Amino acid sequence: MDKENILKDIETIFRSVLNKDSISLAFDSSANDVEGWDSITHIMLVVEIEKKFKVRFKAREIQGWQTIGDIVNSLAK
Amino acid sequence: MTFNELLQKASEIKGSATDHRYKLAVLGNFATQFLVKALEASGLINGIELSVYEAGYDQIENEIINPASEIYTFSPDSILVCYSSRKLRSKFYELGEDQKSNFAGEFLNKVEELTEIIGSRLSSKILFCNIEELNDNVFGNFSSSTRLSFLNQARRLNVGLMDLAERKANLFIVDVQDLLVQQGQAAAWSPSLYINADLVYSLDFTVVIVNQVVKIIQTLLGKFKKCLILDLDNTLWGGIIGDDGMEGIEIGSLGIGKAFTDFQKWVKALMRRGIILAVCSKNEEVTAKDAFRKHPEMVLRLDDFAVFIANWNNKADNIREIKEILNIGFDSMVFIDDNPVEREIVSTTIPEIMVPDLPDDPAEYLQFLISLNMFETVSYSGNDAARTKQYQEESKRRMFSNQFTDVTAFLDKLEMKSLVRKFTPFDVQRVSQLSQRSNQFNLRTVRYTASDIERIMNSSEHLHLVAYLEDSFGDYGLISFVILEKQGADSLFIDSWVMSCRVANRGLEKFLLNQIVAEAKKMDCRQLIGEYIPSKKNMPVVDHYKKMGFMEENGKWLLELDDFVPLETSIKAKEESLRE
Repeated sequence: MDKENILKDIETIFRSVLNKDSISLAFDSSANDVEGWDSITHIMLVVEIEKKFKVRFKAREIQGWQTIGDIVNSLAK
Repeated sequence: MTFNELLQKASEIKGSATDHRYKLAVLGNFATQFLVKALEASGLINGIELSVYEAGYDQIENEIINPASEIYTFSPDSILVCYSSRKLRSKFYELGEDQKSNFAGEFLNKVEELTEIIGSRLSSKILFCNIEELNDNVFGNFSSSTRLSFLNQARRLNVGLMDLAERKANLFIVDVQDLLVQQGQAAAWSPSLYINADLVYSLDFTVVIVNQVVKIIQTLLGKFKKCLILDLDNTLWGGIIGDDGMEGIEIGSLGIGKAFTDFQKWVKALMRRGIILAVCSKNEEVTAKDAFRKHPEMVLRLDDFAVFIANWNNKADNIREIKEILNIGFDSMVFIDDNPVEREIVSTTIPEIMVPDLPDDPAEYLQFLISLNMFETVSYSGNDAARTKQYQEESKRRMFSNQFTDVTAFLDKLEMKSLVRKFTPFDVQRVSQLSQRSNQFNLRTVRYTASDIERIMNSSEHLHLVAYLEDSFGDYGLISFVILEKQGADSLFIDSWVMSCRVANRGLEKFLLNQIVAEAKKMDCRQLIGEYIPSKKNMPVVDHYKKMGFMEENGKWLLELDDFVPLETSIKAKEESLRE
């Protein structure tokens, strides 16, 4: 699956979890750029992304994420 | 590893040399063939050539007790004993209350005895499977509070096995229950989220937990299910009795009858817990009733049902009639029907009633219904078990009352007797329960737990009374209570006045007021203060205090005791000594 499509899917999940249709994500988006993306919603996002892509992220992987691009890279592996 | 992978791997190395030879006997109360197959394969893979002796189906006790049985000629190194929790539960349902509450104790005595018999005849080790702690949700989360629930007994049993294993050197426990928990962990917990965010429950499992918490709160607030309405054909048995005949319906040994038998056993357990059962079926009444009277393998019997409606009318109309007879709210009813069309009709016409979407396969009915935990409760008392009988008496009373045009003549003929007394420890559960269940005749809708009632019972600031009622048709048991609290120098505030709607219009409230006044005077009180707090359901008592002769003042109702003239009723006082 190419990274653009992964980004689109993640964007859909962000919109649903954060309950805001106007969210638009780029590879370099970080928690500072997305309103409502905090430590609590982050966990909800991780769980939903794991479900959508049928993967289990490694503990270290989750800690290393700084940007949306990092999440996409984890999924594109 | 899957079952098939295990067998294949074993067949690949079959015939090669093994490190050990070991004799194992397998005893189970279920079909153990697959267990044996897997044991042999797993042994082989791990370098042990197992020679297995498999005892007959459900022969655990016989095999061990009988000195001539094959297990003693086989002389195994170890004996694997497996009791299925599901099979035990099926037997548990058939026991009386005393036996139920001592189920684990009896079972453990038996295990100890069997262990000793084996020890006296063989040097074999005993590998004993503990049992799955299955909740049938007959009591919901209240299982922990009552020894009458299977889950409660299953847990005691497993704890007892630990104690036994500690004492008996030849007894080793196979922790089946733990394996079940470990399988469940996968859905309930995620290691990476625990490490990263200290999430002790997965997010989705959090939902499962909070739903139960809210269910307990709802139940404490008095919102719970009291009645189960059942369809018959393809719901309580397989097939259509009108077409297939009584001999042709699937129940017990016929076809997939086991699914319906297990389902009926569960329904019967609910009835014994105090859930009222009703039938609502499209059938000829005689044909339908005969199945419960005459079919030898039918678990439920005609007198298990408080109301039985079998006709060709619209089911929503029939359910309205059931509601009239039982005098309970639609929101306390569950309707179970295999036919999606009937379910749709009922749930659209009566939105308050709960109508579970039964799975297509009858084998799935029971587990699905258990998983919904529909019958959560926060109390249980012996009275609950008698509820069905009381509703049956009520329908006889109704027929009797139709013979009278004059209400007083009818009431006199009922020969009512009532016992009114202060709370005793014996009343605690029932009073708490009445406060939770009663919505109509409930002046302030205060819900009390058993511990609240105990506190009030021991308080010198309170006056508390319960009323029992019986008549020529039967015994209602404890059906009303009042709790009053001292206010100022010589007043009593009526904190609660609750009565079961089953005894509405009998004059019991008047009889009780006479007693309240007498007791209040003994406490040197000169005034009662009543209050009506409206709820969604207590409209019937909006004028209660007015009817009782109280005078309204600033939203409260006052009764001056000096002016009080005892009210006329058809009820006679019953002496306590006669009852106990």
